[in-house]
Amino acid sequence: MNNLNLAPLPGSARTGILTYLSISAVVFLLMMLVGLTMRLAQAGWIGLPPDFFYQLMTAHGSGMVGISGLAASAVLWYFLRRYVELTVAVLWINLGLFLAGVVCVLGGIFVGGFGGAWTFLFPLPSTSMGVWGIWAAAFFMFGMLLIGTGFLIFYLDVARAILSKYGSIPRALGWPQLFANSDAPMPPATIVAATMVFVVNIMGIVAGAVVLAIMLINLFIPEFAVDALLTKNLIYFFGHVFINATIYQAVIAVYELLPEYTGRPWKVNKVFLAAWSASSLMVMAVYPHHLLMDFAMPTWAMVVGQILSYANGIPLVVVTAYGALTIVHKSGIRWDIASSLLFLSMFGWAAGVIPAIIDATVAVNNVMHNTMWVPGHFHFYLLVGLVAMLFGFMFYLVHKEEQGSSLVDRSAFWTYLVGSVGFAGMFLVSGMNSVPRRWAAHLPEWVTYSEIASVFAVLIVIGATAFALRFILRLPQARTV
Amino acid sequence: MNEIQDSVFILSLVLMAMVLSAFIFVALKSAHKEDYARVQPNAYRLRRILFGVIVVGGIFATIGTTRSLPYDVQHNRNAQQAAINVEGKQWYWGLSQDSVAKDTEVTFNVSSGDVNHGFGIYDSDLRLLAQTQAMPGYTNKLVHTFDRPGNYQLMCLEYCGLVHHGMIANFTVTETVTHSEL
Repeated sequence: MNNLNLAPLPGSARTGILTYLSISAVVFLLMMLVGLTMRLAQAGWIGLPPDFFYQLMTAHGSGMVGISGLAASAVLWYFLRRYVELTVAVLWINLGLFLAGVVCVLGGIFVGGFGGAWTFLFPLPSTSMGVWGIWAAAFFMFGMLLIGTGFLIFYLDVARAILSKYGSIPRALGWPQLFANSDAPMPPATIVAATMVFVVNIMGIVAGAVVLAIMLINLFIPEFAVDALLTKNLIYFFGHVFINATIYQAVIAVYELLPEYTGRPWKVNKVFLAAWSASSLMVMAVYPHHLLMDFAMPTWAMVVGQILSYANGIPLVVVTAYGALTIVHKSGIRWDIASSLLFLSMFGWAAGVIPAIIDATVAVNNVMHNTMWVPGHFHFYLLVGLVAMLFGFMFYLVHKEEQGSSLVDRSAFWTYLVGSVGFAGMFLVSGMNSVPRRWAAHLPEWVTYSEIASVFAVLIVIGATAFALRFILRLPQARTV
Repeated sequence: MNEIQDSVFILSLVLMAMVLSAFIFVALKSAHKEDYARVQPNAYRLRRILFGVIVVGGIFATIGTTRSLPYDVQHNRNAQQAAINVEGKQWYWGLSQDSVAKDTEVTFNVSSGDVNHGFGIYDSDLRLLAQTQAMPGYTNKLVHTFDRPGNYQLMCLEYCGLVHHGMIANFTVTETVTHSEL
């Protein structure tokens, strides 16, 4: 059942994957420049009118999450097609809807002036005090809906392909082996991860589509009453699941590539299966930790949010990060830019979730929620974790073994590493000092943090520019398998 | 010195440094090649210990941090405290009173007249003391006792539009009860 398809990628699929990744590399860079611009404004080094700052903030948040989702779906597709028959046309349909959605989102933001943040919490899109119009909000939300539709089709195709080979979700997650001592071969790590991803992401995207549709109707028919707390639950369920599923599909690159670099297999065993099944449930149930300061929520939901946040870290730390350490330890691994970034990404993910998990403690959240502590932890595991994972995969595709590790690669790696750890670290320091997040202008007492963070942001941009350029310039030599 | 924020920062730093140490250790040893069959059993043994430590630590942390929650008053209709009504609106705070005597247990009844806001209480050192969300259609009850007299600021902690960063109100805690607090 686990025979690998290592035939060359069909031309259109290869072009599709490389197009996904090229767009991602460029957009990552652009969004990093937007992030740098915001930090420079908070440092007082440049002047930005607040409406434009909040437009940039909206573009940065939705843009980074969207493009991470796109790049991670390329990782998933590239490896999953070795095990199951995926539909190449769906790859292109997703990209088409994504780009159409981006046009609407950008139009809503920069033409219409929408600055309601990626969270678009009800009823802010319709209640801007005249800063933007209904149509700007509608364009933004319709664009998000288009992007979600593309991803939904993509994950439905992933589900179809896996289920047509494995028969059911429990079998693809390895439950017969886990619970019934079946002696059938374990499903490959990529199948287990992809199954988890399509299960949770279909749920998350549908929740997001529901809330977008409700809010779009409300925009034009205000009598169509909407509950603010219900929409907040739906938005955070969608947002939490989508960004986590993005990391969970990008980590497939680590599962597939570290064995290639170390010559050791990433063995799927019962611990691995249990971890991924547990993660599937916890990723969906843990989202109330975003709502710990909504006291009107049931207390039990908050306590469950805290406990599951603690528990959700176990599979990551004990199975995936620890597994990566085990496989690399005394392996004689071949270090190059790709393997270095993949190894770094496991550190970024494992270390970055620590302040996140601590923040999910109600008593801590009471003084940390919506301070810079929050972007501190997610920038840590996204910049040092996810983005490193994605660039690592990009380099794997275009880097040739005989090219070794050049000085430019090594310099870019260390520049990016220092920049991203320092940048996220300054968010954490700011959060410790109670600096609120999402403020266009900072009080004088807080400006120093933004100044230092801006310097680190410049390093990130330099490192990422080198990554993106080297990836794009090497595209002609990209792998065909 | 604010105990929670500083403790959280130090704890995070220590745990992240431990993760970093593990990665540096493995990276430094990675050039040396050893049979995987010899590496794996030791690694799995260590993993069981790590798992046990995390589970036990998590259980203690859960028990220690959930015995007192800020939601108790929200769901206890019989609670009686000094109450201040707070309404967040774009972009100001409407307060039924803007001062209170120190050591008074205050219940802030926090709601919103338009969009989501976040009601954050900052002391004169700009440290966040407590917060709750202000949202349309709901009243969140935040209980806080000010143990020091002085000037406090109420800042918005949920993005609410153009002047979100300017949504700040002053709040005074007096040594003794003043006329306006009666």
